[in-house]
Amino acid sequence: MNLTLKVWRQDGPNDKGRMETFKVNDVSEHMSFLEMMDVLNEQIINDGGDPIAFDHDCREGICGMCSMYINGEAHGPGRGVTTCQLHMREFNDGDTIYIEPWRAKAFPVVKDLMVDRSAFDRVIQAGGYVSVNTSGNTQDANAIPIEKENADAAFDAATCIGCGACVATCKNSSAMLFVSAKVSQFSLLPQGEPEAADRVLKMVNQMDLEGFGNCTNTGACEVECPKGISLENIARMNREYLKASLTK
Amino acid sequence: MATGKGLFGSSLARKYWMALTGLFLITFLIVHLAGNLQLFGEGEEVRDSFNLYSKFMTTFPVIKVVSYLLYASILLHAIDGIVLARQNAAARPSKYVKNNAAANSGWASRNMALLGIITLLFIIIHMKSFWYEMHFGNVPTYMIDGEEIKDLHSITVAAFEQLWYTLIYVISMAALGFHLWHGFQSAFQTMGWSHPQYNPIIKGVGKAFAVIVPLLFALIPIVIYLR
Ligand code: HEM
Ligand code: SF4
Ligand code: FES
Repeated sequence: MNLTLKVWRQDGPNDKGRMETFKVNDVSEHMSFLEMMDVLNEQIINDGGDPIAFDHDCREGICGMCSMYINGEAHGPGRGVTTCQLHMREFNDGDTIYIEPWRAKAFPVVKDLMVDRSAFDRVIQAGGYVSVNTSGNTQDANAIPIEKENADAAFDAATCIGCGACVATCKNSSAMLFVSAKVSQFSLLPQGEPEAADRVLKMVNQMDLEGFGNCTNTGACEVECPKGISLENIARMNREYLKASLTK
Repeated sequence: MATGKGLFGSSLARKYWMALTGLFLITFLIVHLAGNLQLFGEGEEVRDSFNLYSKFMTTFPVIKVVSYLLYASILLHAIDGIVLARQNAAARPSKYVKNNAAANSGWASRNMALLGIITLLFIIIHMKSFWYEMHFGNVPTYMIDGEEIKDLHSITVAAFEQLWYTLIYVISMAALGFHLWHGFQSAFQTMGWSHPQYNPIIKGVGKAFAVIVPLLFALIPIVIYLR
């Protein structure tokens, strides 16, 4: 298939940025979206141009690095997929495809389609951990009985890959889905429970400091999240933060 | 360790106040509507009972206290809502060239601030024409059983006989309906009052409320206008 691509180009964090138009021909429907981008970059390099910078790593939907806003949706039109898992068969010959970076104050553009997501790391540093004694006599995790329902919910929350699609897609650039998944994966388990109140206060505080917006419960994040993280986690975080604010 | 901003200042705290004041305003809508339903009736008796009800609502001490809570809630909800909307706009300084928001979220949920501001303008107009007149204006009076009663009923009917007033009223009620279409269940989610078993009920009741209550409010001026 032959495609017209309108791609966001931005030379650096302080550049204003602009859309540039490219043509790519003979794209196979079996290619992933990133492979199509590779073909485009080969073409740009052969023509003596500056290839389009974009993030990627695992190319199998687990690292969360790939991050394009394709035709107005995070990771494009597919559901439950990252950009590396999106295939060109989702598109038709002759299509015009818009490709933009995640846009949020908290995720500044590094170059072109690449953004700096270290705000997420700082939210994790603020409380997304369990303090354990690692002196060598750590208890075997399987020795602790855990209610099946909680184990499942914690596991589901822990499948978040930190891609930032929730922030990119939210009209408020809110990080609530990400932060609530990280809060939930710990607080639902006995190992994480003792620090739950402190954790939620600290992580929400850091989330606010990073300049993410507030949650309006539009639910867009849940729809666009490649891992299907549920809004139920946001409700849980709202509940935990309220309780922690009243008791801490 | 107190790292959070507690019940003030943080993004979540602002939302708790939005939700609590919003839910309080919802209960107030029910009480207000119950009173307004009298206006569907006609004749001397309806005029008298409506005016006695209005007097009761403006003078009974318990209701006076609740009404101050109500004014505070409207102010808090509106100010907080506008602060949140401004922060949200600032969180995305550079907008998408192409954004297909309809693919993942409802229109009402994305336009809460606009719908709220329309509702706020309506509340201001509405309070000027009825609340201000009743409290500080020159409402004509007449006697019922030897008691001097303000005739708010005739002021109300006169207002609704004007096309422009009725139009503003109807449009505002549509805005309120959309505001509640998303807002009702949103408030429960914000407070964390969420449970797979009850969520469908909350959503169902919310949508029914969002349609029926504003519709009944809007029908009153329409009926009076067409009379
Ligand atoms: C009778 C009048 C009103 C009622 C019953 C009402 C009710 C509600 C409810 C229940 C919510 C959901 C809260 C949540 O998401 O947790 C809400 C949200 C909101 N309201 Fe109102 N509201 C009213 C008037 C107003 C007014 C006058 C404004 C003025 C600007 C306003 C602005 C907003 C905004 C911006 C939100 C969304 C907040 C967010 O999620 O980011 N509302 N309202
Ligand atoms: S919640 Fe979903 S969309 Fe958000 S960072 Fe995690 S995996 Fe990505
Ligand atoms: S490149 Fe790792 S998730 Fe897409």
